[in-house]
Amino acid sequence: MPMKIENGPFWKRVGENLDNDFMRGAVAGMQDRGYVRRLGVIEELGHWEEWRSLAEQIRKHTLENLDYYLMQLSENVAKRGGHVFFARTAEEANDYIRRIALEKQAKKIVKSKSMVTEEINLNPVLESIGCQVIETDLGEYILQIDDHDPPSHIVGPALHKNKEQIRDVFRRKLGYTKSSDPVELARHAREMLRRDYLTADIGITGCNFAIAESGSITLVTNEGNADLVTALPKTQITVMGMERIVPTFEEMEVLVSMLTRSAVGQKLTSYITVLTGPRDEGDADGPEEFHLVIVDNGRSSILGTEFQPVLQCIRCAACVNVCPVYRHIGGHSYGSIYSGPIGAVLSPLLGGYDDYKELPYASSLCAACTEACPVKIPLHELLIKHRQIIVEREGKAPAAEKLAMKAFRLGTASPSLYRFGTKLAPGAFASFVKDGRITKGPGPLKAWTESREFPAPSKERFRDWFRDRQKGGNPS
Amino acid sequence: MKVSLFVTCLIDLFYTNAGKATVELLERLGCEVDFPEAQTCCGQPAYNSGYVKEAKEAMKQMMRAFADADYIVAPSGSCAAMLKEYPHIFQGDPEWEDKANRLAAKTYELTQFLVDVLKVEDVGASLHGRATYHTSCHMTRLLGVKDAPFRLLEHVKGLELVPLPNAHQCCGFGGTFSVKMGPISEQMVDEKIEHIEEVEADYLIGADCGCLMNIGGRIGRLGKPIRVMHIAEVLNARN
Repeated sequence: MPMKIENGPFWKRVGENLDNDFMRGAVAGMQDRGYVRRLGVIEELGHWEEWRSLAEQIRKHTLENLDYYLMQLSENVAKRGGHVFFARTAEEANDYIRRIALEKQAKKIVKSKSMVTEEINLNPVLESIGCQVIETDLGEYILQIDDHDPPSHIVGPALHKNKEQIRDVFRRKLGYTKSSDPVELARHAREMLRRDYLTADIGITGCNFAIAESGSITLVTNEGNADLVTALPKTQITVMGMERIVPTFEEMEVLVSMLTRSAVGQKLTSYITVLTGPRDEGDADGPEEFHLVIVDNGRSSILGTEFQPVLQCIRCAACVNVCPVYRHIGGHSYGSIYSGPIGAVLSPLLGGYDDYKELPYASSLCAACTEACPVKIPLHELLIKHRQIIVEREGKAPAAEKLAMKAFRLGTASPSLYRFGTKLAPGAFASFVKDGRITKGPGPLKAWTESREFPAPSKERFRDWFRDRQKGGNPS
Repeated sequence: MKVSLFVTCLIDLFYTNAGKATVELLERLGCEVDFPEAQTCCGQPAYNSGYVKEAKEAMKQMMRAFADADYIVAPSGSCAAMLKEYPHIFQGDPEWEDKANRLAAKTYELTQFLVDVLKVEDVGASLHGRATYHTSCHMTRLLGVKDAPFRLLEHVKGLELVPLPNAHQCCGFGGTFSVKMGPISEQMVDEKIEHIEEVEADYLIGADCGCLMNIGGRIGRLGKPIRVMHIAEVLNARN
C-alpha cells in the first residue's frame, strides 16, 4: 500500500465517510474513551508539561545532530554483525529488501506493524517476486486479508471496521465458521499466524526507536507479534524512517513512556522489546542475519526547513485521537496512510501539494493536536505554513479568495477605508436580511448559509454608539 | 485605570450589544474606557488562511492604533490570542518587533483582565436560568485562559451553571474553515448543539463571537430554543 490511498478526490472521500455512521461512531467512541484514559495516565505520571518539554528537547537535539547519531547507529549495528543500508528513496529501500528476499529464496515473509513499509509500498514488491507476505499485527492482518483495505489510523489501522465486518472477512477469506466474539476472532487469527511464524524465511519489522549508542532497535506492541517476527525467522529486516532514532537508552525510556501514554493511554504496552543485531552464540533464538534499512524518502529535504518539527513525530496518534475533524471524516478521507493532523502536515511534504492540497485546510485550527502532542510539534502552526505556501509559492488559492484577501489588506490597513467599508455593510446586505438575519447569503456567505443563519450587520456600529455616547448623546 | 478597548470587527459590525456590555461592565468596575478609532481587525482571517503579507498590514495598523494604550482589553479570546502572536510573527523585523512585543505584553482578554488585573470575581451580575459555557479553543489553548470565565460566572446570581459534555471539542467555526469545509463544520457544530441540548441549557454562554456566530447561526437555523449570549452581556446583566 503506497502512502497515497487511491479513493477519489477529497470531497468524494469526505462525502462517503460522512455517510458512514458506523465508522463515525467507532471513531467518536475511541476518541472519547481515549481522552479519559490518556488524561488518567498523564495525571498519574505528574508534571506532564515538563515531560513534554523534555521529550521535545530530546527530539530536537537528535534532529539537530541527526548525521552524528545515524553514523553512530550504523557503526554500532555493524559492530554487532548487522548490515545497514541507507535508502535515499522508496525504490532504493524496496530494491535492497527485494535483493535479500531473492538471495534467501524466501517464500514466506512475516511482518510486524510498520508505517514506513506502507509508505514505501514494500509488500507488492515482495509479492511480485513470488513471496507470500503476511502482516501479523491483528489490525493490519484484517486489512490485508480484506483485499488490502487501507489503514484509517496510524496506531489502530482497522478502527473503521466492527467485529461483525471482521467476522465476515474471516468467513470469506479464511473459512472461519465461528461467531463475531472478539476473543474467538483473535484466537482464530492467532492459530493462523502461529503457523506462519514457524515457517517464515524472513521477518520484517518497523522501528519505534533505534538507539544510537548500542545499535539496538525498540519495538512497542500490545500483541507480542513483533517478538515472534524477530525471534523465529532466520533473517530479520528492520525498516525505519531516518528520524526514528534516540542517542541512548535513557532517552528511549522517556520517549517510550510518552508514546504508550499518548497512543493508547497505557503506562506501558504489553511488550516493549529491544533487539541488538543478529543472534549471538548461545542465544536461544533470534535471526542469524540482521539488516537495518534506514529510509530517507523525502525526510532530509524537510530537515533545516520551517517544517523540521514534524520530524519530531513519534507516531503516537495523540493528535489524531483528539482531532474534531478526523472524528467526523475518519482516516480514509485524508487519502494518505498518514491521517489526522500529523497526516495533514506530513502528507503534502512527502507526497506533494498536487495530491494533498486540501489537507492543510481540513482543520479548524483548534489546536487540540498541538496541545496533545507529547513532543510539542506545533501542528496547527505548520498547517498555517502549508496554507501560506499554497497561497504564495504554489499559487493554488482560489481567485475569489485572493481578491477577498486583497480587499482585506486594503480595508484593515487603512482606518478610513475600514470605517467607510463597514458603514456600507448594512445597506449592502439589506436585501438579504429578513427578521434580523440572513438565511440565504450572497457570494462567500452562501457556503455559510447552507447550514447556518448569518447575523445582519447592526444598523449602528459599535463605534458609532461609542462616539455618540462620548459626545453625550444617546447612551443606551 | 485607563483601558483601551479592542472591540473586534465581529462586535463592531454585528454583535454591538456585546461591545456595549463590555464598556458598561468595565466602567462599573471603575475603568476609564477608551476606544481607539483607528483600530481595524487583528489580521487573523488573512493570517490563518496563509495570507501573511496581507495580515501583517492589518497587524501594523493595530500596533499604530494601540501604541499609546496602557491596557488593551478584547472581548474575544481568539482575537486577543492573535495579538499575543505578533511578537512571533514580527520576530527579527527591525521596525516592528519591539512594537509587537509591547502590544502583546499589554493585551488581555476581557475575563482574564477582570480576574487577573482587576482582581474581581463577583461583578454583581444576575441572570436567571440554566446555562452552559462553551470554552473556545483559542482562548483556552492558545491564550491559556481557562478558569477566569468560570470564576466570574459562578458569582452570577440566579444562574445555574452546568458543565458542557465534551467541552474541549471545537464547535467547528475555525474562521474560513466554516465555509471552506462547510459540510465538516456543520457536523462539528451539530455535535456541539447536541451536547448543549443534553444538559437542557436555556443559555449558551461564550467569550468569542466567532464561535457564538457559528453555534448561534446553527441554533437559529434548527429553530432550537437556546439563547446565545456573550459573557460580557451575562456579566453586565442585572435582572
